[in-house]
Amino acid sequence: MTGQLFVAPAALTTLVLFLIPLGMLVWMSFTDYPLLGEPTWTGLDNYAAIPGDEMFTGAIRFTLVYTAVTTVVMFGVSFLLVAIANSNRRGSKFYRTAYFLPYVVGTAAATLLWFVDSDTVLGVFNQLPMTLGLTDEPIQFLATPRLAFWTTIALVVWKFIGFQVIILLMGLQSIPRELYEAARVDGARPIQQLRYITIPFLRPILALLFILSVTGSLLAFDQFLILTKGGPDNSTTSVVFAVYNKAFVSFDMGRAAALSVVLLVVLLLISAIQLPLLRRNDT
Amino acid sequence: MNKTRTSLFHLVSVAAAILFLFPLAWAVVSSLRSPEDARSGDLLPAAFSFGNYTRLAEYGIGLLGYSWNSLFTAVLTVAGTVVVCTLAGYGFSRYTFRGKKPLFVVILAILMVPYATMLLPLYILLRNLGLQDSLVGLALVMIMFQLPFGILIMRNAFDSVPVELEEAALLDGCGPVKALRHVSLRIVTPGIVTIALFAFLASWNEFLAPLIFLNDGDKYTLPIMLVNVRSGTFGEIDYGALQAGVVVAMIPCLVLYLVLQRYYVSGLLNGALRG
Repeated sequence: MTGQLFVAPAALTTLVLFLIPLGMLVWMSFTDYPLLGEPTWTGLDNYAAIPGDEMFTGAIRFTLVYTAVTTVVMFGVSFLLVAIANSNRRGSKFYRTAYFLPYVVGTAAATLLWFVDSDTVLGVFNQLPMTLGLTDEPIQFLATPRLAFWTTIALVVWKFIGFQVIILLMGLQSIPRELYEAARVDGARPIQQLRYITIPFLRPILALLFILSVTGSLLAFDQFLILTKGGPDNSTTSVVFAVYNKAFVSFDMGRAAALSVVLLVVLLLISAIQLPLLRRNDT
Repeated sequence: MNKTRTSLFHLVSVAAAILFLFPLAWAVVSSLRSPEDARSGDLLPAAFSFGNYTRLAEYGIGLLGYSWNSLFTAVLTVAGTVVVCTLAGYGFSRYTFRGKKPLFVVILAILMVPYATMLLPLYILLRNLGLQDSLVGLALVMIMFQLPFGILIMRNAFDSVPVELEEAALLDGCGPVKALRHVSLRIVTPGIVTIALFAFLASWNEFLAPLIFLNDGDKYTLPIMLVNVRSGTFGEIDYGALQAGVVVAMIPCLVLYLVLQRYYVSGLLNGALRG
C-alpha cells in the first residue's frame, strides 16, 4: 500500500499526460479533425491519403536520405575524434570537452548561430574565407537545395557528435587493459588488437549509437524549421516538420495524426529490434 | 619520431577543437560589437559595446521577460521532476505492490514513443484542461517526458543504498517518510543532481513544445523569442541582437555543464547505456 502511494504521482502523470494523449492520437488519426469544430469519423481515409500527399511523401523521402547521410558521416567523424579523446597524451581531456560543448547548447540556439554565420554578407563562414582570399564570391549556403542540405548536415555533426564521442570513449575505457597487454605479449599487431578486442567489445555500444542516430534523425525538426525553413522549395522538410505544417499551418489534425502514428510505429519497430541487442549487453 | 607524432596529434586535435569552439566563441565576440562595426566587413572587432543587449531588451516584453519565462518553466520542471521521480524511485526500489511491473514498463514506454508525435494530442488535451498557452502546462509536459530517465536513475540510486541504514532509522522511531528524508536522501543526492540537471537543460532548450503550446507573445520562452527576432517579427532582422540572444540562451547550459560535468557524464552513462 505504501509503495503505491510513493509511485502515485508518477502513475497519475503518466496516465493523464501519456496514456490518454496516446489514445487520443490514435483516435484522431481515424477522424477528420479540424482545429476548431467537431471531429467526424472517417476510418482509414487519413492513412490512405498519405501516399498521394506530395508534402508527406517528399518529407518521408528527404528524412530517409538525411538519416542515412547523417548516420554515416557521424560514425566516420566520431571514430577520428574518439581516437584523439582516448589518447594518453596531455591535453586529451581538454579536446574531449571542446568537442562536447556544442552538444549541451540547445538545438534552437545552435541553429540560430549557424543561420547568422552562414549569411552571405555578415556571416563569418563567408567573411573568413573571403578575408583569407580563398573565395571571391560569397557562398549562398542556404540558397540551393544541395547546399542547404550539406550546411544542415555540417551543423548537425558539429552539434551532436560530442555525444557519440563521449559514449564511445566510455566503451573504450571499459575494456580491460590486461587484454591488450596479453595481446601484445602474444605479438598481435595494433590492427589485430582492433579487430579481435576493440570491435567485439564495442559492438553493443556501436549498435546502440546506430539506433540512437537513426531514431534521432527520423525525428529531426528544429534545425530545418530554423535554418532552412524547410526550403528551398520544401527540399528540406522532414517528417515532423510535415506533421507540424499539416496540424498548425493547414489545421488538418487528422492527417497530421495519421502521419504521426506511421512515424510512431516505425520507431517502435526500430526500438523492438534494439531490445535484444541491449539484452546481451546486460552481462 | 615520437616527437613528430605527438606534434601531429596536437595539430589535428587543436584544429578540430577550433572548429568546435569557434562558432560558440564567435557568437560571444559578435554579440559585443556595435552594428556599424559588424557591417564594416572587418573580421576583427574594433570596439566593444553592449548595444546589442540593450536593443534586445526592447523587443516585446524584453530579453529579461523572455528569460524569466524560460527560467520559470525550467525551475518548475526541475522541481516537479525531482519530487515525482524521487518518490517513485523509492517506491520502485523498496516496495512490492500490485501493478508494479506493468507501471514501470508503461513509464519506460514513454522513451519509445517519439515525443514530437505526442505534442499533437497534448495540445488538444491541454486545451480541454484549460492549460493551453500556460507555462505550467508546458512544464507538466516537460516533467512527463523526464519521467523514464529520472525514475530509472533514482531507482538505481536507491537500490545502491543498504536497507540496513533505513531499518536502523525505523527502529529509532522514524516513519517511512522520515527515514527516507534523513537517511537515504543524503546518499542519493548525486542522482538528484543528475536528474535536476537534465530536466533543466531539457526544459531550457526545448523549442517544439513551446512553439506549439504558447500563443500569447508575453509567455514566449527564449528560443521562441529568438526565432521571432530571426524572422523579423520585431522589424528588420537584427543580426547583432540575435547573437546576443543566442549567447544569453547558451551561457547557462555551458556553465552548468562545466560545473556539473561529473553528474552529466554519470547521467549519460546510466541513461543512454541502460535506457
